[in-house]
Amino acid sequence: MFSLLFRTATRFLFPLMIVFSIFVLFRGHNAPGGGFIGGLVGAAGFALYIIAFGTEQARTAMRFSRRLYMAIGLTLMLGSGLVSLLAGDAFMTTQWYSIQIPVLGKLGTPAIFDTGVYLAVIGVTMIILMSLAED
Amino acid sequence: MDIVLAITIGVLVAAGIYMIQRRSFVKLILGIAMLGHAVNLMIFTLGRVTRGVPPIIHGEHGLDVGAADPLPQALILTAIVIGFGVQAFAIILIKRVYSVFQTDNIDTLVNTDFE
Amino acid sequence: MLFLPILIPFAAGILGIFFWYKPNLQRWTTLIGMVALLIVSVMIFNTVWADGIQVAQGGSWVAPIGISLVIDLLSAILLLTAAILGTAVAVYSFGAIGDQRAAYGYFPLLCFLLMGICGAFITGDMFNLYVWFEVMLISSFVLLALGGERNQLEGALKYMTINLIASMIFLIGLGILYSVVGTLNMADIAKSLPDVQNQGMVLPMAMLFMTAFGIKAAMFPLYFWLPASYHTPPPVISAIFAGLLTKVGIYTLTRAFTLMFILHVEFTHTLLLVMSGFTMFFGVLGAVAQNEIRRILSFHSISQIGYMMMGLGLYSVMGLAGAIIYMVHHSLVKANLFLISGVIEHMTGTDSLKKIGGYYKNYPFLAILFALSAFALAGIPPLSGFWAKFAVVRAGLELESLWIVGVALVVGLLTTFSMTKIWAKGFWKPTPEKYAHLVDASARGPVSMIAPIIGLVVITLAMGIFFEPIYTVAEVAAEQLLDPSAYISAVNPQDFTALGGHE
Repeated sequence: MFSLLFRTATRFLFPLMIVFSIFVLFRGHNAPGGGFIGGLVGAAGFALYIIAFGTEQARTAMRFSRRLYMAIGLTLMLGSGLVSLLAGDAFMTTQWYSIQIPVLGKLGTPAIFDTGVYLAVIGVTMIILMSLAED
Repeated sequence: MDIVLAITIGVLVAAGIYMIQRRSFVKLILGIAMLGHAVNLMIFTLGRVTRGVPPIIHGEHGLDVGAADPLPQALILTAIVIGFGVQAFAIILIKRVYSVFQTDNIDTLVNTDFE
Repeated sequence: MLFLPILIPFAAGILGIFFWYKPNLQRWTTLIGMVALLIVSVMIFNTVWADGIQVAQGGSWVAPIGISLVIDLLSAILLLTAAILGTAVAVYSFGAIGDQRAAYGYFPLLCFLLMGICGAFITGDMFNLYVWFEVMLISSFVLLALGGERNQLEGALKYMTINLIASMIFLIGLGILYSVVGTLNMADIAKSLPDVQNQGMVLPMAMLFMTAFGIKAAMFPLYFWLPASYHTPPPVISAIFAGLLTKVGIYTLTRAFTLMFILHVEFTHTLLLVMSGFTMFFGVLGAVAQNEIRRILSFHSISQIGYMMMGLGLYSVMGLAGAIIYMVHHSLVKANLFLISGVIEHMTGTDSLKKIGGYYKNYPFLAILFALSAFALAGIPPLSGFWAKFAVVRAGLELESLWIVGVALVVGLLTTFSMTKIWAKGFWKPTPEKYAHLVDASARGPVSMIAPIIGLVVITLAMGIFFEPIYTVAEVAAEQLLDPSAYISAVNPQDFTALGGHE
């Protein structure tokens, strides 16, 4: 499906959606939002890209393979749980560090876990969408 | 509020079961999705929409008595996420089944039941 | 350490995704993961045997707020069984799963399936159990449909529909449970269920759980999905499904009806007993009528599930011990028979009894392996199946439930008959002339496929010969099950109202 209007709009909307998805991701600790919702918003951005430019273009826009997103996401989730073992607590005990990151706030294992969820959701959703879009 | 939710759940369950019993794959998946929504709403309703106390924060730092119990909502969120994954897989599966069998009629799928 | 049975398969699965395009690396990471799981399971079993029930709290939250992992002896035994089977299947997959199927992600899925199974065995939280169920189900859906042959897709659709409905019934049960009891921690539920205000809801709730778990375990009126789907995927996948997935259903039934829902034993357990009779009988009748090895084995699974439920329904130490032994024995033997049918299919390309024959003449060694497993399944002394059946039947006699004992014995005869059918038609009769071209007497299964079969046969033999120590272990596990207070005090859920929670 070729539509100049839609393609031009996608060029502007796509980066906005990705930025917004990251905003939703980091907002999620104390307010509505989080890794799953953020990942879905990000995946919606890529879905827009698929509809406008086709799956091949969307693949290049993702830069890495979808499985890599998934694998890194899962690794981050596992890693965020393992950090607490190093600190001597039970698995998945939340660890907070006093380092302040500008804009984002405190660093802690929940943020790592949510980032993992975010990446994994993008990866899985894109695998599903692309296998539906390819015919 | 409870009565409205109860009626909605009833309608969703009825519609879901009706859809599951149709012969078409697509309706089957839609029916399963509706049942899933009905179940989520039911957990939400059973978790007491207004009454109850948050189970984790207590004492002076706790929320007001009017706040709803957050646990059912966490349960529903998990159930929604799982339902999302399962239904996405189901849609891919019926697409594959359709492309292999060239039919949308469940009654024709009897190969694995009889010889 | 209690988290390791979940973490190891998870890590192995992630590694598998990283090595997506390198099937050989995936094979090795899976195998290493499974062996590590086996070692950890042995260690956990030793700890539980020596020190009693082990508990870990996820995220350092106190029970019942956090998710507890609880391993009692039953969980430890099943964990060990799952790890043994996982290792056997990982080895077998070296020869059985070609690069083509591996390209769809067979190995990571196998790891995630094992993660779900282990998680379901060790969790102490009802909602967490639901999550593990779903992890297991999603992996099993994809495994079942993997490769996308006609029958597979069809079987996967049926399997998926019925299991999704089971999950929903489970979820409805969970919703009611939470609204009535106000907690989802199993030990806390067991503690507070007798005192809840709304006693009228307890029995309906129990029935919802029985239906949901019954569908997953393939209980009598709800078993039709199993023979429609289990014979469709490659034999190695059937093996792990038949060995472990239905056992998870039986395990959850056992857990729910020995720990939590024990307020109406006369009703619930009698119902289980009646259902077990029907399950056994119709399962074996189905098996007698079939003509393909894997279809026979699928129907057999149902009738054997009946024996395990019978042990649970009798609700005595000996009955439960018998059921536990039955679970272990059936996991190993049934999986092994599926693996053997895989070797037969690998060599001839079919497992229809009408087309094959002459295996005893051509492959005596394979025939002996099959005979040992089949006799163990049918319950010929002194193999493991005999002792398992003996314990269950003896428990029935002690409680004077003569009718169920009668059913069990008749079903035992029919089981022997249908096993003899595979033996006579597949191994003894000469190869049908029409299909003689299918048999190549020099064809041999790869070592990686034969080795796990030999290993499982040795374990089966050992279970039969050294039955006494095994029965002692099972008896202790059954005593633990019949006395929930030990489980509750090990988890030690804090009193909710004292913390200022639910009214």
